[in-house]
Amino acid sequence: MSKISKEEAKRIAKLARIAVTDEEAEKIGPDLSNILGWIEQLAELNTDNVEPLANVANIDLKKRKDEVTDGDMQQDVLANAPESMEGFFVVPKVVE
Amino acid sequence: MSLTDLTIKGALEGLKKKEFTAVELNQAHIDAMAKHKDLNCYITETAGHALTQAAESDKRYASGNTLKLDGIPLGIKDIYCTKGIRTTVASRILENFVPTYESTVTSQLFAAGATCLGKLNLDEFAMGCSNETSYFGNVISPWKSKSEPNKQLVPGGSSGGSAAAVAARLCMGATGTDTGGSIRQPAALTGIVGMKPTYGRCSRWGIVAFASSLDQAGMFARTVEDTALLMNHACGHDEKDSTSSPREVPDFTQSVGQSIKGLKVGIPDEYRIDGLPEEITAEWDKGIEWLKSEGAEIVRISLPHTKYALPTYYIINPAEASSNLARYDGVRYGLRVDEGGNLNDMYEKTRAAGFGPEVRRRIMVGTYALSAGYYDAYYVKAQKTRRLILQDFEKAYEKCDFILTPPAPSAAFGIGEQIDDPIQMYLNDVFTVTVNLAGLPGLTVPTSLNSDGRPLGLQLIGRSFDEETLFRAGAAIEKCANFKAHPFKGDAA
Repeated sequence: MSKISKEEAKRIAKLARIAVTDEEAEKIGPDLSNILGWIEQLAELNTDNVEPLANVANIDLKKRKDEVTDGDMQQDVLANAPESMEGFFVVPKVVE
Repeated sequence: MSLTDLTIKGALEGLKKKEFTAVELNQAHIDAMAKHKDLNCYITETAGHALTQAAESDKRYASGNTLKLDGIPLGIKDIYCTKGIRTTVASRILENFVPTYESTVTSQLFAAGATCLGKLNLDEFAMGCSNETSYFGNVISPWKSKSEPNKQLVPGGSSGGSAAAVAARLCMGATGTDTGGSIRQPAALTGIVGMKPTYGRCSRWGIVAFASSLDQAGMFARTVEDTALLMNHACGHDEKDSTSSPREVPDFTQSVGQSIKGLKVGIPDEYRIDGLPEEITAEWDKGIEWLKSEGAEIVRISLPHTKYALPTYYIINPAEASSNLARYDGVRYGLRVDEGGNLNDMYEKTRAAGFGPEVRRRIMVGTYALSAGYYDAYYVKAQKTRRLILQDFEKAYEKCDFILTPPAPSAAFGIGEQIDDPIQMYLNDVFTVTVNLAGLPGLTVPTSLNSDGRPLGLQLIGRSFDEETLFRAGAAIEKCANFKAHPFKGDAA
């Protein structure tokens, strides 16, 4: 059974891009271990010759012509941006 | 009779006969919303908008060119994007998000003349079974425990605001979404009707994505016929959702009242789980007797992989959620917490501040299940189990036309009783998640109040794209159960 250590919890949080404090990481470890331990009952089931099922929608994805069907909505796209300038999203400095 | 106690069918008849106006009908609901604000059903109320829409409906009634749902006041789960109306998913991260577009399902309902009373509360990002994870506070069920009248009951979740509002007569119908039971379980706990159609029946476009291979829109109302009518307008193919089905949508209301003589009803052995309360089993047995009395034939069936459905669901659901929720990065919309660090610091602080504990938990479980070294052991394993669960149903439907089960393992519980134990909370979906994993339609119908005054219901599970049989059999159960309880009986309303 998976035991998630404090370090492992921090690594997962980092992958998920969620800031955690040391105290939070202490609690996350046992919390995740508890859930993963419960999930691991699946291991007892033999699924050797079973194809994975990704989606139940039995639909052939339709093709369409590669052409522009909408656009000209810069203002709509930026309407909810926390910060924008001259038609662009603004982010903290990325390149030094 | 108060206007808010009418069925949708009854209200449409009254509007046509000019017994009251759409503005009066909407105003009656707006007054009820003000009176029952303590239930916290609505995150955002849009009374002015509803009255403007209702005035347009009244013009159409005057001219005789009416629409199918003209003037019917609906509540919209706050996970459907509504153009110009704040859409929060009950999360701090979208607290101030105002969509510039309208979801396909709501645009179809409003095009049919329905009005929008407001945006209904839910579990944050629809992650919960009790509506206790909302950033905007708990929703309180309008029903009361007889033995503990001061106890506040949960409405179920995640569509808890939708269910409580329909039960409390704060709208005539409501939209919901159902990823693992989020329509059928709250419908059961609040004594109303709720339908999750087949995966692909409703467009997911404009609905905030949670677990995309499981998410499906659906409707709540107080009668099977009203629910069928709403589903006529919620369903349909949409170019903007590649998984939406091109199949024709039948007139579901035609199924209501049709005989169920000769239909075969499957009763799955594996749903008689250990520790199921006696009142839940008794209600199920009553359902079996009602269906028999209407001429249906009862067939014992087996769904042998049922016990693996919840662990399967709690891999697939967080995995898809962690992927879908990666978009909340503080750049394009929603909350940003920037304390002067680099871009990664901004992402991490934004997401830590914007997501509540259950959302963070699921993102981390999903991230772990999808991470290098664990992907096959968790995610692929769950996808394989998912196929076995689907095959269980396919085999069962060789012997029966639909399946009857309890919708939830208990009646409504008290606020705070389960929220600290995630696995205990997840078990509330034991009878509903299988249906999402297999993409099938499910319908909950209210049947009784238990000895403590809390609602009980039954769940019907259908073949893929056979909602019609569910409406047919659901209406038969509704007729036999004759459930007429009102949460405010004795109230001055």
